[in-house]
Amino acid sequence: MIKSELVQRMAARNPHLYQRDVENIVDAILDEITAGLARGERVELRGFGAFSTKQRSARTGRNPRTGDQVPVVEKVVPFFKTGKEMRERLNKPPHV
Amino acid sequence: MSEQKIGRHSARTITRADLSEAVYQRVGLSRTESSDLVQTVLDEICDAAARGETVKLSSFGSFVVRSKGQRIGRNPKTGVEVPILPRRVMVFKPSNVLKSRINGGAANGSDKD
Repeated sequence: MIKSELVQRMAARNPHLYQRDVENIVDAILDEITAGLARGERVELRGFGAFSTKQRSARTGRNPRTGDQVPVVEKVVPFFKTGKEMRERLNKPPHV
Repeated sequence: MSEQKIGRHSARTITRADLSEAVYQRVGLSRTESSDLVQTVLDEICDAAARGETVKLSSFGSFVVRSKGQRIGRNPKTGVEVPILPRRVMVFKPSNVLKSRINGGAANGSDKD
């Protein structure tokens, strides 16, 4: 499922909304999560999962093709931990 | 997870209420409806993942469902070996746009997601 399909499904469930509104709803949610993570905040959505960020220190990497050493700068990476309810749902029969 | 372990996140935690507020501000529906719609979006993503579908949200990231095989685990406290059964897990692959924005960049960077 891609974003436009998510929007279509939402629109089908909410026939009173304009498609443009539904797009704005999805974007508002994703933008709010992104903005929070950019401020170093945690985003916790019970039953779904939690987004957080992790600090990665600078290191010396290697170009896997040539073997050359390259410096990798310090950075922050986003991280997602699946919520308990979601984890259990993924493993409910008949899937497993 | 203990609060001490996540030093730089000490600021605050964003919850559904904040997402609902963002929708309310942007779209101008009632607060009740905004919060229902936030839940509907999360439900749609969960439903797709539970069906085993990858959910690709452009310029944000993808949720991918992976099947893991059986392996032997160990109770870290007692050292007793226990079988870990085959299972499905959901992983999040952040897009380049998201990674760049978290590192203080604008929404630049090539992005295929």
